[in-house]
Amino acid sequence: MNIHYEFPLEEAGYAFGFLDEYAKKEVRRTILKAICIPGYQTPYASREMPMGRGFGTGGLQLTLSLIGTNDTLKVIDQGSDDSVNAVNMRQFVQLTCPGVEVTEKLEEATLIQSRHRIPEIALTETQVLVLQVPYPDPLVVVESSEARRKIMHAEADYSRLLVKLYEDIVHFNEITISHRYPTRINRHYVIDPSPIPRWDVPKLNQSPALILFGAGREKKIYAVPPYTVAEPLVFDDLPFRVEDFRDEHGQRRACTRCGATNSFLDEYSDDNNIKIYQCSDSAYCDGQLAQHQQREGKA
Amino acid sequence: MSNRILEVCGLSRIYGSGCPLCVESTGPENDTNICPHCGSVVAVHGVSFDLFRGEILGIIGESGSGKSSTVKMLYFDDTPTAGEAVFFDNGERHELFRQNAAQQRSLRNKRFGMVYQNPHLGLNFQVSAGGNIAERLLMSDLAHYGEIRRRAQELLLRTEVLPERMDQNPKTFSGGMQQRVQIAKALVTRPPLLFLDEVTTGLDLSVQAAILDLILEIQQELNTAMIVVTHDLGVIRLLAGRTLVMKHGRVVEAGLTDQILEDPQHAYTQRLVASSL
Repeated sequence: MNIHYEFPLEEAGYAFGFLDEYAKKEVRRTILKAICIPGYQTPYASREMPMGRGFGTGGLQLTLSLIGTNDTLKVIDQGSDDSVNAVNMRQFVQLTCPGVEVTEKLEEATLIQSRHRIPEIALTETQVLVLQVPYPDPLVVVESSEARRKIMHAEADYSRLLVKLYEDIVHFNEITISHRYPTRINRHYVIDPSPIPRWDVPKLNQSPALILFGAGREKKIYAVPPYTVAEPLVFDDLPFRVEDFRDEHGQRRACTRCGATNSFLDEYSDDNNIKIYQCSDSAYCDGQLAQHQQREGKA
Repeated sequence: MSNRILEVCGLSRIYGSGCPLCVESTGPENDTNICPHCGSVVAVHGVSFDLFRGEILGIIGESGSGKSSTVKMLYFDDTPTAGEAVFFDNGERHELFRQNAAQQRSLRNKRFGMVYQNPHLGLNFQVSAGGNIAERLLMSDLAHYGEIRRRAQELLLRTEVLPERMDQNPKTFSGGMQQRVQIAKALVTRPPLLFLDEVTTGLDLSVQAAILDLILEIQQELNTAMIVVTHDLGVIRLLAGRTLVMKHGRVVEAGLTDQILEDPQHAYTQRLVASSL
């Protein structure tokens, strides 16, 4: 390798960001295929990244292959803009992609990279959501052979996954999957929608935004294209249920910070060991709080 | 309209590389199914028969005679080296070995049933007895939990498994009960064709009798065609209307069961019948 080699001027202008153009082409080609076959786990040559596999390398490769100087990026980790993972990734993109704007406001973002949450506010057609995926294949819990899993996906044979749900209902009287809920895309492939909570699963259905899933360690990319049917795997007579956050009196819990009663809540213990609940989506919580304060100020 | 459900023609299976002399060097006349030239095993050669709706066909023979291999090929557990089989279902003609893998799996899951000698091959011991039956119903596109429970309960009751044991793991069941769960699992989609591979081997006599009675009752009730593989002449006598006798991969005698048991023609069948008396 010639370390003194420099791109010709016209190519140097084309090259942008951390990933080289060949890696970007590979990821973009894979994204196109993933969009063409909704829910299909498309294999790709996952690049080495300056972070350990399993820390969001798949999501980051998607982001870095899509981002341009016209983009505004928002990075969230389990709903929070301020967690270590989100802050570091944001800084990394700022460092390696000069000219890219970053934001914490969802409405301003064109590209959103997220770990384990879909934002509370509905996404729009102009936005792309990238989700980091640790385990892309929902069938891995019932079939260890990848070759056999591929056949099962091709034939849309998810009976063994449904048997797992059946056993849950038999033994626990409900389906015990709290996150990574298997979801059927476009009435064929069942995906692992990354470890988003059940609360977020309905947001995949007919989403105006393109949703991309990247698993760097497992070298797979899959997509839920805009306005695509996404249905959680359930029995015909037992409808899908999301978290209801009801207290012992049957009341819907509210966020202790902003008072919202329509968001996904995280449970914490305060200094007195009392459980408190707060919005998981920090930007949404900030927005709600600002609205309250504005209303109070006007009053 | 013909009442035929299965037509098997020249079914063969050779394990090993095979050579031009394999067929003529093996068989009952040579008293071996191992080719002396290349060492290949001629497990099945030239097996042909017809099966009719609601009929029970017995296949009998000593260990290694090719009876289980024949059934395994028809159930797609194994691939034949030669031969054809046609399955007639609802006016459609399915050439079994010309279908692609997906079509074969669909037939296997929805139109065929299999009860193995070893329940570990037929049951999933990671899930409950009801879960095992549910799996088969889910494979045939029924996804109504209440209906799945109802049908599983009905079948388990029919096969004399206590309903309160439906949600228990079959590994806690006795051998006879595991076999009954297997039968329930095989029958839950009401397949027109059922394979039974040594279902009563290893069970005590009273359990054997109960299972054979059950199979007979179900066959009369559902009009299911069955192929029963066994080395027990008693099973054949009780269940099968027609019987094939196999030795070293070849059918040496075929005919009505009563005729074969009362007036065996082939020397091997005569020895077999004589040894059981």
